[in-house]
Amino acid sequence: MPGELVRFTEVTKSFGPVRALDGVDLSIAPGECLGLVGHNGAGKSTLINLLTGALTPTSGSMQVAGSPGSVHDPRAARRLGIRCVFQELSLCPNLTVAENIRLVHPVLRGWNWSKRAAALIRTSLDTVFPGHCIRAGATVSSLSLTERQMVEIARAFTTTDVAPRLVILDEPTSSLDASTASQLLAHIRRMTQQGCSVLLVTHMLHEVLESADRIAVMSDGRVVGCDPADAHDRDSLVALMSGGTHRASVARLAADRRTGSSPVLEVRAQAGLKAGESLVANEGEVIGLGGLAGHGQTEFLVDLFSARTMAIVAGDRKRDGVFPLWSIRENISVGAYRKHLRHGLLDLASEQASAEDWRGRMKIRAPDMDNPILSLSGGNQQKALFARALDSDARIILMDDPMRGVDVQTKQDVYAMIRAQAAAGRTFLWYTTEMDELYECDRVYVFREGRIMAALGPNEITEERVLQASF
Amino acid sequence: MHRLDARLLLPVATFVILLGAIFWLQPRTMSYFGLNLMLNLAVPLALATLAQMMFLTINDLDLSIGSFVGLVACITATWLHDRPWLGVLALLGCIASYAAVGALVQWRQLPSIVVTLGMSFVWLGLAILLLPSPGGNAPDWLATFVGYHMPLVPLPIVACVVIGLFTHALMMRTSFGVVLRGMGGFARAVERAGWSALRARMTLYALAGCFGVLSGLALVGLTTSADANIAQRYTLLSVAASILGGCSFFGGRIAPIGTVIGALTLALASSALTFLHLGADWQVGAQGAILIAVLALRALTAREREA
Repeated sequence: MPGELVRFTEVTKSFGPVRALDGVDLSIAPGECLGLVGHNGAGKSTLINLLTGALTPTSGSMQVAGSPGSVHDPRAARRLGIRCVFQELSLCPNLTVAENIRLVHPVLRGWNWSKRAAALIRTSLDTVFPGHCIRAGATVSSLSLTERQMVEIARAFTTTDVAPRLVILDEPTSSLDASTASQLLAHIRRMTQQGCSVLLVTHMLHEVLESADRIAVMSDGRVVGCDPADAHDRDSLVALMSGGTHRASVARLAADRRTGSSPVLEVRAQAGLKAGESLVANEGEVIGLGGLAGHGQTEFLVDLFSARTMAIVAGDRKRDGVFPLWSIRENISVGAYRKHLRHGLLDLASEQASAEDWRGRMKIRAPDMDNPILSLSGGNQQKALFARALDSDARIILMDDPMRGVDVQTKQDVYAMIRAQAAAGRTFLWYTTEMDELYECDRVYVFREGRIMAALGPNEITEERVLQASF
Repeated sequence: MHRLDARLLLPVATFVILLGAIFWLQPRTMSYFGLNLMLNLAVPLALATLAQMMFLTINDLDLSIGSFVGLVACITATWLHDRPWLGVLALLGCIASYAAVGALVQWRQLPSIVVTLGMSFVWLGLAILLLPSPGGNAPDWLATFVGYHMPLVPLPIVACVVIGLFTHALMMRTSFGVVLRGMGGFARAVERAGWSALRARMTLYALAGCFGVLSGLALVGLTTSADANIAQRYTLLSVAASILGGCSFFGGRIAPIGTVIGALTLALASSALTFLHLGADWQVGAQGAILIAVLALRALTAREREA
């Protein structure tokens, strides 16, 4: 296509053994609104980070405005006119609205900069969100989440030395109400008519269908389809996201054996769940909690958790998983240290024996269990956390997307362990954003906006059905 | 000005109440000489507190500022007096090493508390090497400058106003200060906009070093001699004064004018206790009690603003 603004050719990006982008081909034309959709972990964020200069590709070529390899840092991206509205926002809460504008415009300096910054954001807010009531002198921490998102969006469309040529909007409407969201979509149309390109990344399929000229669908680090928006409807997008392959659910040998077992857990609408279906978990079952990230799965697990009968494997191991200063052995035994008490004191020999036992069973690759936990790779740390949960006598194990960013071999080891433990009668509740892991489950509940939207039985777990319920 | 908001209310109120109490206890302090005498030693404390505020800007703490001011005092009373060029060089070196500490904290992602605690012993050791026993002489120009009798308004008051307004302009009004405060508010967002976190931290630490040097100079000018331990208590007083003045430990929230008033308040507190004829043994404890009361009040008002 002549006059392309952005062209990705065979772009890959790896983080250690994990391939986030696996040969992406994509182009954005000037004045085009390109929609980008895909499940969590499909590679959308990585793509955005490449465009904003926060990451550089592992291989492949990335041309912006005809110049190859020019987006090597955020400043270079800015000079090329690339602006980004991040999903988690990037305003400093301690600064005023005008001061936050200054941060992204190096030329706003010297005499009178604050007046100029205030005028700039006021004009932009008036254009994008007419009727807003945000003062340029207000401190960001005093604004509501909606107002902050409005400021963040309006900031991306301000112009000083470099006019925006490509504005990336990552889930821009997640905290906007219906009327401000439609103001934004109208502004996107105005901007594209003026020749500015927009990359609209969202889970709200109706928004891309409405506003985008073309829609790119990502799945497993690839762009699996990029067609005009008119050619699509909701169902065709969902079908594309599942990779087009209607993978049948793996037949479960163990499924029959479980039919007779008794429910160990039954959660009805009143307990934790909003109106929707109830969740039942039987002894020895692996229950998957699916859906897009942040749709209430973690909150559901936290509500459910009771220390007496359950153990939890944290997803964010840095924040609420490992004790960073302790050894591997201590990190494992802390979950059930009472087992190792003798006369009120810790019996180190018993603790050590148990740690050695887990090293063998979980295949933790460590020369010595007394080494600090941080000497392990991420995957092996996660194995140690699994060992901590399984070492307890909890009958129910809750898992909060624990395999994020873990290599394939480790995953296989852990899946095997989960199978073995389930066969021994333990019940697993497994929140995961990865489709492959849902295939490992006996049954799957799909969450959307804090509710269970679908309950899939052993032979019903397909990517398409999970995605249908997620969107 | 609407930005000089409610956060200034508490430091100003405590300052006025304390000053009123002193005037009532000892009316003779209500004079040029009385105020000069009482507020003289507040100037170096205010400067040290502003140094601490630079650390708070980026959510760090400086546990070495007291020893650092002590070292500067020792350099001033010896080298700067005897061989001025060597003294100036040494003081510039002090500021540069503060910037280097900032680089180290940023580069290795170390907690500033640990690094500055370590540095406090380095500063103290250097100061003792330089001046093993209390002594030395203030350079004449310094003593003359600090002892200057302004017409009408005592010099310490003018100095505090100038320092406060200057720092307010620098940190709160310039586009340069915005980037520095942004780093304390949400570093990743500022880095995404293309600013260097390393440079910001080094700049703030170097600014802290500058204020530390000024504090040491002012202190020697007043006391006319130095001692390695002369300013040890500044470390914790500066933390207390900046929190009292409206700064926060987290989030890049600072208030330069409030901070100067906070330092003045703490300096006055010890005078007030003397006028109450409280025994010297009890003064330190009473000062601590006042601190706890005021900071508790501050925590309460902060919570109300959040709600």
